[in-house]
Amino acid sequence: MIASLLGALVGSVASSGAFSIPHIDYTAILPELILIGGALLMLAAGALSVRHLPTFAYTVLSAAAGVAALVSGIVLWEKIHGKGRPFTAIAHALSIDGFSTAFVILSACVIIVSSFIADGYLRREGIAGPEYHALALLGASGAMFMAAANDFIVIFLGLEIMSIPLYVLAAMDQRRAESGEAGMKYFVLGAFSSAIFVYGIALTYGATGSTNLAQIAGYLANNVSTNDGLLLAGMGLVLVGFLFKIAAVPFHMWTPDVYQGAPTPATGYMAAIAKVGGFAALLRVFFSTFHSLTATWQPVLWVVAVLTLVLGAVLGLVQRNVKRMLAYSSINHAGFILLGLQAASASGISASLYYVFVYAFLVLGSFAIITVIGRRGDRDHAIESYRGLARSHPMLALAFAVLLLAQAGAPFTTGFLGKLYVVEAAVQSHSYALAVIAMLTGAVAAGFYLRVVFVMYGQGSGAGARADDGAGVGAGVGSAAVPGEALAGHPELAMASAPGGALEVAPGGAGGAVASGATATAGTLVAAPTEPDAGETAPAGAGGAPSPARALPFDLAPTTAVGIAVTVLFTVVLGIWPGPLFAFVHAASLLF
Amino acid sequence: MPDPLFAHGVGLAVILIAVVKVVAIFAVLLVTVMMMIWVERKVISDMQNRIGPNRAGPFGILQSLADGIKLFFKEDLLPERADRIIFKLAPYLTLVPAFLIFTVVPVGGIVTIAGHAVELQVADPPMGILFLLALSSVSVYGTMLAGWSSGSKYPLLGSVRASAQMISYEAAMGLSVVAVVLQTHTLSTRGIVLAQAPHFWKWGVFTTGIIPFVIFWIAGTAELNRPPFDLVEGEQELVGGFNTEYSSIRFAMFYLAEFMNMVTMSAIMVTLFFGGPDGPGFHFLRWLWPILWFAGKTGVFLYVYVWIRAALPRLRYDQLMDVGWKTLIPLSLGWLLVIAGADLHVGWLFGVLGGVILAGLVLSQALNVSRRRRELEAETAGRGRVTRVAEQIRLRALAAASTAASASSSSAASTDEGGER
Amino acid sequence: MHGALAGGLLATATVPDALTFAVAAIISVVGALGVVLSRNPVHSALMLIMTLFGVAVLFVEEDAQFLAAVQVIVYAGAIVVLFLFVIMLLGVDRNESIAAEPMPAQRWLAVALGVLGLAEVILLARGKWPTGAHTVAGPLHGTGQANVAVLGRSVFTSYLLPFEITSALLVIAVIGAVVLARRPRGSGEDVDPSIGPRVDSGEIVAGGGGSAGRGGAGAGAGSAGAGSAGAVSPEQSIQAERAAGELVTAGEPFGAVLKEAEGVSIVQRRES
Repeated sequence: MIASLLGALVGSVASSGAFSIPHIDYTAILPELILIGGALLMLAAGALSVRHLPTFAYTVLSAAAGVAALVSGIVLWEKIHGKGRPFTAIAHALSIDGFSTAFVILSACVIIVSSFIADGYLRREGIAGPEYHALALLGASGAMFMAAANDFIVIFLGLEIMSIPLYVLAAMDQRRAESGEAGMKYFVLGAFSSAIFVYGIALTYGATGSTNLAQIAGYLANNVSTNDGLLLAGMGLVLVGFLFKIAAVPFHMWTPDVYQGAPTPATGYMAAIAKVGGFAALLRVFFSTFHSLTATWQPVLWVVAVLTLVLGAVLGLVQRNVKRMLAYSSINHAGFILLGLQAASASGISASLYYVFVYAFLVLGSFAIITVIGRRGDRDHAIESYRGLARSHPMLALAFAVLLLAQAGAPFTTGFLGKLYVVEAAVQSHSYALAVIAMLTGAVAAGFYLRVVFVMYGQGSGAGARADDGAGVGAGVGSAAVPGEALAGHPELAMASAPGGALEVAPGGAGGAVASGATATAGTLVAAPTEPDAGETAPAGAGGAPSPARALPFDLAPTTAVGIAVTVLFTVVLGIWPGPLFAFVHAASLLF
Repeated sequence: MPDPLFAHGVGLAVILIAVVKVVAIFAVLLVTVMMMIWVERKVISDMQNRIGPNRAGPFGILQSLADGIKLFFKEDLLPERADRIIFKLAPYLTLVPAFLIFTVVPVGGIVTIAGHAVELQVADPPMGILFLLALSSVSVYGTMLAGWSSGSKYPLLGSVRASAQMISYEAAMGLSVVAVVLQTHTLSTRGIVLAQAPHFWKWGVFTTGIIPFVIFWIAGTAELNRPPFDLVEGEQELVGGFNTEYSSIRFAMFYLAEFMNMVTMSAIMVTLFFGGPDGPGFHFLRWLWPILWFAGKTGVFLYVYVWIRAALPRLRYDQLMDVGWKTLIPLSLGWLLVIAGADLHVGWLFGVLGGVILAGLVLSQALNVSRRRRELEAETAGRGRVTRVAEQIRLRALAAASTAASASSSSAASTDEGGER
Repeated sequence: MHGALAGGLLATATVPDALTFAVAAIISVVGALGVVLSRNPVHSALMLIMTLFGVAVLFVEEDAQFLAAVQVIVYAGAIVVLFLFVIMLLGVDRNESIAAEPMPAQRWLAVALGVLGLAEVILLARGKWPTGAHTVAGPLHGTGQANVAVLGRSVFTSYLLPFEITSALLVIAVIGAVVLARRPRGSGEDVDPSIGPRVDSGEIVAGGGGSAGRGGAGAGAGSAGAGSAGAVSPEQSIQAERAAGELVTAGEPFGAVLKEAEGVSIVQRRES
């Protein structure tokens, strides 16, 4: 009755004026919608079940949402290629082009890998509930919005959607005070930088009369203003907001503390997704929107890039904590990615794009291994914890060594190609000094990566004093933990996870050799958790081991192992055979 | 629609009229409040089979005045630990919003004074209803700061309770106001009243389907801290609540503000849901009938407030919060969606209705689950505690061992650890 | 942007406009200074409200009534209330001790940055910048209502996507708040000492409120000696004892409440 009454009465009130809702192209925002929907589904499932669902269920859901987003991103990519042209969606708020779709695909990959990596951690620490995965999914959707944004307001909202989950994830480990400290620092500084960013948007709007990136670009292209203080102030503040997110000097202060304090898998996720979202928007805004002001912002970025490169490399050298060290390394990497933008050329942009792709996988894998070595409680991150790792866990050590060497820029890895690519772009745009500085800092940074590798393999200056001490024990433990033997013990684990790992990275034409390699790597990695068991059952003679690595057993979950394997394979396979990724990145920046 | 008073420029007469309006509303409100205090005491005593005040003036009608004079001449106490400035400021922070809210309430139609068309309301800003919400949210400060600045524990507890309660119910209240705005297509209070004329079935209470009115009423009562939501001053628990430490004229101001808020809230309900001054009139004294209608409708609500106070017991604090957060807010939000759906199309109406019902079921299931989970945890807490303690001790010992081992990373570590085993 | 600049306004506006502007501007600036200069956080919060009201008046002056109302509702009505809530509940409402400055340099840095920011604003306000101003929300001096309507329209047309994804942001904020506010499972009594009494006091306030009503409804108010038993359950008073030691010494109101939980009622204290 009320309904009919309402209907009659409502009808009598005339609706005012012509009002057309813009056409909503749902395929354009499908990846974001899938991630948000997945997160809400997870939360609803968590709220509707009396006993907590197993963590693995949430991991599967999260990864499934990631895969669905990946597929829809690829469909979008194909659609753009089919039409041959990018388009804008929902009242020009989003621009769907190769560039944005590439970042959408990357974000989806990040979420898939990071949900696998987090699974082992969550189970080890006994953290039940969907919140971790839900927040990660929502954060990734924010990065996607940033990548696709064609409007400053959308960029800002994407930035917040991405950042707030990161603040929370950083503070999530309530048993460690540092985690709360990390969350607090990140939140306060992040909120401050967001405020600066919004102020920049406001000034830019005042100067150009629009928040739409394309309209701003059009306005700037058609008008030459002799008196552009307002615009420059706006641009500068926007740049500050971005530089904070990507942890560039001098807005990097939060990075070491936050990276160190946050739960380790969250650190990996944060490092990857914040760089993805931040650089996606930064590259688009400065290369496309402010293109006519290139001569103005290029010197600024030159200075920032140099500072970022040098500071990251030099301060990384003196760190004793591996997470902190990787924080400085991420600052250094941010400098390298800025190199591509500073070049302000198409090849520079595609080099930056490539580097972001590479870096996301490298950092995810590295922090996954640090998670495993951090042990229950997530506390063992001193560089000493890695002593003798090569003898006790050879495959884990190998994987970490590969990832670290790739970050250092060793040949036959994606890291090398990424560095080569950005430096080449810098040289092409005649920034010779910058290229030289970048290469020098790369060499300096290689120092701290190699130090960890040396510590793991029981050589070098740090472990020299105790080399003989550890060698005997290492031999004893090593004999008990021959990888082949362990693999024989758990063949079903190896078989279950290996095909997945192989399929993720090597689609189609990867070839039999790659697939078999994947099987071998994933298999032996999965076998790793059996080793501590062997070590513990070994006679008490092992008790004299100098390494604290045996204080608590490692707990390498199969899911985490798959995540690590994926990142390592990505790094190695695409390092040896770079064609597909180069082609992909090139296509992405061409459409841009 | 802009105020017709200012349509032809601002002259001396216009300013004079504006000032007169302000003074008139102020005076009328004050007198109304005095009367209201007397009415409340009389009605309640009648309901409780007592006589009530009957000495000062006929039927004791001057009792409030006598009380006011007494309070005015009482000693003004200032607690030693009080924050002096804020302690003195708080009564005004309570009183001023109560007055200001009334400025946007249309009490009558448009009359012509000295050639100027005058709306019978102090101001008609284009976002009048938002002004109302803004001021009602500001009125929290008086209560909050009064309790805090007293430097005493019961007032602090009372004010924390009060502000939590007011914040909680503000959301539901705002959402039910949105329902009215959705149907009247305007934010101006005068526009809302005009949209509800000239037939009573166009009143907001009917066009929005009663539920927003009920929610607004409940939430409004909670905002006023009136019974049954008067936990703020629960005597048994809080010795009188946030104004325990106040005396004399400052206390009178709180008392005044409480009743003034009651009058204002009734007037707002009349404006939003009952057509304000709308009602049938006669040919003589045309300007008078709307005012009488408005006063009459407001009076009904005032009487009901008194009645509720006499009839209903106080809620428990957790029940109060449950009602606010788990019932009123979801209900008002869902109903808002239903109204919006009805505004579009019948198909939308049923679609949205289905969706809202589904969401309601999910919500209630989630609340059930959380309750059962809490019960389970309480069950296992007894035996769980022992194992948890043991687990923590074990973990701590392990952590200590590992930090000790990593700290003494020299060769001495090996002997230490060997010794431990 | 037009008219927002003080010089322009005073030159073109009527006398009442200029007077309103002057009053509102003074209120805002004094309030802003008060926020920074007050020693007491509660006073700072109140000064902030003053500033917000001044700015709201300036918005009305610019015919942005909707913005003015929302400013008061959101900032004064919600955010500062929460500030005060936190200040009161955490008991940090004592005067800031400025004797021990952990980073002496930051004060000068703050002054320098403030001066820099002020210089920037003055510089921006003095210049006559070219703007590509085609306003989003329609004519500035519309006919009252139209302003709000046009704003609403632009939210649902050209800014539809930002408007909608704000909902995702709000969901995230809620999830984040719940995740961080929830205590780790399995640490009801045996709370990790590193988390400390800060969490304890919050628990007591929340629990005290909840159980107070129950005490009142059930057993009625207790005797004078154990008058506080209704307000704080015995189980919590164990926590309270631990927390009280730290809080009472700091001289906060809640410390006093917690003291109460130990069984020393105010009545007894007065008698003795």
